[in-house]
Amino acid sequence: MTRLILRRLALLVPTLLGLSILLFLWVRALPGGPAQALLGERATPEAVERINQLYGFDRPLPEQYVTWLGQLLQGNFGVSTRTGRPVLDEFLLRFPATIELSLVALLVAVGVGIPLGYLAARHQGRSVDHVAVVVSLLGVTVPVFFLAFLLKWLFAVQLGWFPSSGRQDPAMIATHPTGFYVLDGLLTREWDASWDAFVHLVLPAVALGSIPLAIIARITRASVIDVQHADYVRTARAKGMRPDHVRGRVILHNAMLPVSTTIGLQVGLLLSGAVLTETVFAYPGIGKFLSDAIFSLDYAVLQGFILLIAVVYAMVNLLVDVSYGLIDPRMRAR
Amino acid sequence: MRTRWQTVAGGVAVGLVLTGCAASDRDAEEGASASGGRDTFIFAASSDPASLDPAFASDGESFRIARQIFEGLVGVEPGTADPAPLLAESWEVSEDGLEYTFALKEGVTFHDGTDFDAEAVCFNFDRWNGFTGVLQSESLSYYWQKVNGGFAESDVETLDGTGKYESCEAADPSTAVVTLQSPLPELISALSLPAFSMQSPTALEEYDADGVTGEGDAPVLPEYATGHPTGTGPFVFESWSPGEEVVLSANEDYWGEQGQVRRIVFPIIADATARRQALQAGDIDGYDLVGPADVVALADEGYEIVNRDPFNILYLGMNQANPDLADLRVRQAIAHAINKEALVAQTLPEGTEVATNFVPPVVAGWNEDVTTYEYDPDKARELLAEAGKSDLTLDFNYPTNVSRPYMPTPEQVFTAITADLEAVGITVNPVPDPWNPEYLDKIQGGEDHGLHLLGWTGDYNDTYNFIGVFFGGPSNEWGFENEDLFAAINDARYVADIDEQTAAYEEANAAILDFLPGVPLAHPVPSLAFAPYVQGYPASPVQDEVYNVITFTD
Repeated sequence: MTRLILRRLALLVPTLLGLSILLFLWVRALPGGPAQALLGERATPEAVERINQLYGFDRPLPEQYVTWLGQLLQGNFGVSTRTGRPVLDEFLLRFPATIELSLVALLVAVGVGIPLGYLAARHQGRSVDHVAVVVSLLGVTVPVFFLAFLLKWLFAVQLGWFPSSGRQDPAMIATHPTGFYVLDGLLTREWDASWDAFVHLVLPAVALGSIPLAIIARITRASVIDVQHADYVRTARAKGMRPDHVRGRVILHNAMLPVSTTIGLQVGLLLSGAVLTETVFAYPGIGKFLSDAIFSLDYAVLQGFILLIAVVYAMVNLLVDVSYGLIDPRMRAR
Repeated sequence: MRTRWQTVAGGVAVGLVLTGCAASDRDAEEGASASGGRDTFIFAASSDPASLDPAFASDGESFRIARQIFEGLVGVEPGTADPAPLLAESWEVSEDGLEYTFALKEGVTFHDGTDFDAEAVCFNFDRWNGFTGVLQSESLSYYWQKVNGGFAESDVETLDGTGKYESCEAADPSTAVVTLQSPLPELISALSLPAFSMQSPTALEEYDADGVTGEGDAPVLPEYATGHPTGTGPFVFESWSPGEEVVLSANEDYWGEQGQVRRIVFPIIADATARRQALQAGDIDGYDLVGPADVVALADEGYEIVNRDPFNILYLGMNQANPDLADLRVRQAIAHAINKEALVAQTLPEGTEVATNFVPPVVAGWNEDVTTYEYDPDKARELLAEAGKSDLTLDFNYPTNVSRPYMPTPEQVFTAITADLEAVGITVNPVPDPWNPEYLDKIQGGEDHGLHLLGWTGDYNDTYNFIGVFFGGPSNEWGFENEDLFAAINDARYVADIDEQTAAYEEANAAILDFLPGVPLAHPVPSLAFAPYVQGYPASPVQDEVYNVITFTD
């Protein structure tokens, strides 16, 4: 197990190095180079020249790269040209918001997807199954932003059940020790604040969770159908195991293996889906900040956030693999 | 096992129902708080402020916030663009227009407890004039540079010691005397800009207000400008979460009327549709820059629509670097070809006025008797024939994906004008460009453009702030050299006597309309929308809107 973790961490190093080289070259390959990117389209040649000297953009590429990498390793990801604050600070400030949203979206996806898939498999060919198939088809085909717009229009604008934007009612005064608003409210016993933060999460989480929900439901269905006809299930039944034990300990346990991998893969998708969802709901997480950065050509933020997201993604995947090993002992041997 | 799944499914169902109930609770609570004394005003901003230190800002969103926290020596008469006393109760200008004596309001303190007095006034003036290095870039001290013309010292030759400001003296705690090197009659009007707000000298020093690092185009702001703005206004800065919201709270020690609003929240919602939906969903109490298409719909749904008196101009530019457009007869033909009444009725918000001058009528210097160009397609054809340009083809540049207060729907304006031009035999070659960054670059940065749509919203009540910006000197936008016209405008700027100055500006306006570098089209009305319970929003043509006068009803 430890070896698995160490090997994966070791593998992470070349991956991130490769990504950093790509991001480094990307900004250098922009028309006008990094100085122009920093100063904007209307910068004078003198200003570009000054920036080139100031930041060493006129030195050889490998030298620049090593300098840049050295800064990254010290946590210096540069300064956002849009807000004038360090990129790392901006990331850390918004990270809890996106984690909170992704977790709730994942809860929606798992909490609805697995039961739906299981019920569909148990009642294969019947109406529950048809519903599940339609839901999972819609889930993967309807674009996230479209669903987000639709949910917002119907439940926020027309019905007024949920807020249309933000993380918290602007009129609410609350303290945030951790940055996870729902949790903060519970910790500080500001129940209203906690509830309000949760209500703000519902629509974005449903939108964001729609694709993973559909995929999880489909995989669960297929996996359960597969497992329930397996030899060992028949053996268990023949040996007189109680039917609910067969379903729970044998079928479900074994069927969960591919599902847990799928869930792990979905986490990465959640981070990319967050860019669209957070933008539609003006939800102040890393996704919205990234989309703002794209529109304002804030390259330091784009570079920094993409690298940081890659690190988070790799860590999450590592965690998934570890949990995978815990579920299936065979994985540990490998 | 089935029961366990059923429990889960049931749980999900219960969760959804609960959430539904919660949503209705939420509505009920809001209703209750409305009748039980609403005191937070939530107004959607379209972007983060550029800086909380208004001396380093020139954008509307920064000024909107600055106006709640800060006050200047001079304000405006509510609902107009005319200067009125604020922190200065009165002022006297010497005969030669060089000495301004301000009698200051007494008993006013800054939010940090520092006294507002003549010393503080001089501290602010000396600070602006003493900006050095990166602080002198246009992205920071734009307005001091534009109004004053320079700094005490500068590495840039054109800014070095070229300012009008000479010195400031505290004659006594409530009398500040500002001395100029040469007359600047627009000074009083200009002082109503938030950029010239009075700030606490103590806080400016304590939080290193002038410690801007980085480059002019990508400045890194100091602590003061990101978290400690300290003024004398009715609201005190509380917090700024970039990309999320800015929060202000009531100033308990405000010298004036504090009013009903105890807290202001500016959630930042960039997209206009999202702002409208946030209002409809009850998340916000109001927002600015309502699209013309949304105005009628929102009004029908019972929302309060507030219109500002237009303080702007939308015009059709005619670049004389293009030889065809250098012919006055062609420019006159184009002016006669455009049906401005129809254009305004079809493409601009209700209440919009047709323009005859390049300044709005409320600005001193607006001239009733300028040459006007009536809609007359026949005359347009005649003029074109006379110029030998009956089969003229022109490039027509217009911006896409943008909505400006003076031009909510550029594509529609373009289409309407094109139809008029084609009707008199001019072939239009459409050249659409995205507003940012291509459009302005192309129009102002180079010669390669023909007809174009652009406009301007005034900063304060002053003619030069309009026509000086457009025609004060040669530019790529207009492509002409006309020394007489440039001189008429620039000479008028420094006439110390206001009445004489107004007359000089009226003449300049008449000269512009005779020379016809472009066609003034309209003064579109900017609209704001509010929830029905918001009363008394102090709409102002120059957006001098302070929220302590807002009240809430049930």
